[in-house]
Amino acid sequence: MINRSIMIVGVGGQGTLLTSRVLGDVAVSLGLDVKVSEVHGMSQRGGSVVTYVKMGEVVYSPIVEKNEADILLCFEQLEALRWIDYAKKDGSIIVNSQRIDPMPVITGKAVYPENIIDKIKADYPQAISVPALDIARSCGNIKAVNMVMIGVMAKHTDIDRDIWIKAIERNVKPQFIEMNIKAFNMGYDFEEVK
Amino acid sequence: MKKLLLGNEAIARGVYEAGVGVATAYPGTPSTEITECIAQYDEIFAEWAPNEKVALEVAIGASVAGARSCCSMKHVGLNVAADPLFTASYTGVNGGLVLFVADDPGMHSSQNEQDTRIIARGAKVPVLEPSDSRECKEFTKIAFEISEEFDTPVIVRLSTRVSHSRGLVELNDRINYELKPYVKNPAKYVMMPGYAKRRHPLVEERMKKLREYSNNSGLNRIEWGDKKIGIITSGISYQYSKEVFPDASFLKLGMVHPLPEGLIRDFAKEVETLYVIEELEPFIENQCLKMEIKVIGKELLPVIGEYSAGLIKERLLGIKEEKLNNLNEDVPARPPVLCPGCPHRGTYYVLKKLKLNVMGDIGCYTLGAIAPLESVDTTVCMGASIGMAHGMEKARGTDAARKTVAVIGDSTFIHSGITGLIDIVYNKGTSTVIILDNSITGMTGHQDNPTTGYTIKGEPTKQVDLEKLCQAIGIERVRICDPFDLSEFEKVVREEIAAEEPSVIIAQRPCALLKYVKHGKPLTINSDKCTTCRMCMRLGCPAIVDKGGHIEINSALCVGCNLCTKVCRFNAIEKAGGVE
Repeated sequence: MINRSIMIVGVGGQGTLLTSRVLGDVAVSLGLDVKVSEVHGMSQRGGSVVTYVKMGEVVYSPIVEKNEADILLCFEQLEALRWIDYAKKDGSIIVNSQRIDPMPVITGKAVYPENIIDKIKADYPQAISVPALDIARSCGNIKAVNMVMIGVMAKHTDIDRDIWIKAIERNVKPQFIEMNIKAFNMGYDFEEVK
Repeated sequence: MKKLLLGNEAIARGVYEAGVGVATAYPGTPSTEITECIAQYDEIFAEWAPNEKVALEVAIGASVAGARSCCSMKHVGLNVAADPLFTASYTGVNGGLVLFVADDPGMHSSQNEQDTRIIARGAKVPVLEPSDSRECKEFTKIAFEISEEFDTPVIVRLSTRVSHSRGLVELNDRINYELKPYVKNPAKYVMMPGYAKRRHPLVEERMKKLREYSNNSGLNRIEWGDKKIGIITSGISYQYSKEVFPDASFLKLGMVHPLPEGLIRDFAKEVETLYVIEELEPFIENQCLKMEIKVIGKELLPVIGEYSAGLIKERLLGIKEEKLNNLNEDVPARPPVLCPGCPHRGTYYVLKKLKLNVMGDIGCYTLGAIAPLESVDTTVCMGASIGMAHGMEKARGTDAARKTVAVIGDSTFIHSGITGLIDIVYNKGTSTVIILDNSITGMTGHQDNPTTGYTIKGEPTKQVDLEKLCQAIGIERVRICDPFDLSEFEKVVREEIAAEEPSVIIAQRPCALLKYVKHGKPLTINSDKCTTCRMCMRLGCPAIVDKGGHIEINSALCVGCNLCTKVCRFNAIEKAGGVE
């Protein structure tokens, strides 16, 4: 599999930018062409955030279209539901079970849908639910949610584990490498209890 | 060596390689990272200017002095810098002068969707438009060459998707650019009528030569494919179009002003159906129509918002992606919000409680317009809050000033708020202005400014004293107050709006995202004490949520700022793990 389209969706402030940076680095070390489209600015203030990563022999558009994502990496349940149409029918769908209420839900103007992950699994049985916040907490830092998510995703690609670890080492500050690799490994070795 | 760079980082690399000596900017999404990255090169002097006009004037001065120089801004920043630009077009340059202007189709982080090409046409300056990071670097270097060869400022037009997408870029060394000699030349640089009248014909002559260049330069190129469909496009739209029409013929424009008329004619003759695919205004399309070439463009494609391959496919080919699932849930929107611990939350809580009219401004604090804080009545442009508060008073009488305030951030105040405040003093207004001093330029991602005491390179420098500045222009009532001290802040606001003279309240508390701001432990709600009165929910804190009738604090989001404990009348909000 040379051409890959990956979408990382979540809430501004969850560390999705570092995730896409690691993915871009992985693509470079595989010798592929790659484009990464990021979100900076206002949406980073707790808004819905989507990052696109496309790799292959030649990449034109940096944006992933509907039904095109080989991997939909979701940092939050509601965001998974928002972007689900972008996943390929047989794509990898990885959902962090964390819930963050958006302001319209907090103010009572909208309702947070129940059982999102079960609903997604009804249409996409391959979808995986990950308690990434709990795993990150057990690594000593809730900010490592992104590394847990990268770990789970890495497991579902045919890219060597070491390539991921080297990419993480190149993209985090030296003092945080150990904790981040630990979180990555816990994600990589995570098995969902069915 | 190839590196994966943001479009903005690639611009910075191009600036470095082109031997640029001076780089200026005022931060603005999506352009900010250009100058942040330039500042990392020791060889280049970089600065945050107070606003885009000053930034461009500094760059023009550096160019006249013989250095290559550049100035970066977002699209609306070009409005602020338009005054120097339109005349720098007449003076021309000495060292190359390039403006990097980033448009924001789709308004990811902006108040309008204006198209920089229109201003460039008015100013009679050439525009290059890269379509990915590789071209960002390459075109930057060409832009400096064009600037010097044709004696003109050059605009490199970016868009959010180009600025904020990463792509592979080959790195090269920096050229050794020798300063050009500085020679006094009033006929070229003093634009009073006598001299300007002689410069204008040169500008028109230059445009003619640039039209020729546009036809022959490699910036505009034809990629022949199937001639049934021909596409004229530029920038990010080229990338989308290549995905939708991989086999079509393309006229890919790298120089979008002036347009290559000859090349367009040659291309149009050869293809059966001709599409023009461009975001925002029909700039290329109108040129084709003027040349009586039939094209399909805005009759099918929108002038509003951002394009994508999916949109182009749907509008031009009528193909819509099928829905492959049965998920039809209503998904609540997730607008951006003030962060947990944000100092503005205290300010808006009080302003809403007092039911004031609030003239707003540009920054994170614009988010105070959203429920439940819903405090901001207007937002137009940088600095507008103050002038608008004054206008409201002059239209409705001084009684209006008793229930109106302007709110403006520290950086925005320096950008263009101070002039509005001078207007209030000079023209006998009695408005109250609240400067939201969070010690940083927040929304664009933490840039220093003249009030922070540090330069773009992190060096300590003189710090503007906002209190003394306001006093110096004639404001006799200047108060400094912490917006998290809710009762004191409310008292101060009540006193100042009541005063029949102009006043300034400096609401001082640093941005919660600043590294030096220490956070407390997350709070928790003691359900035995909580009466579900929902007072805390009125703060609009993303960490305080209603879980089916009882209120909870999301410990992953709470930063322990304690603001909610001040509005809880039942002392139900405690540090996690119990009362200390």
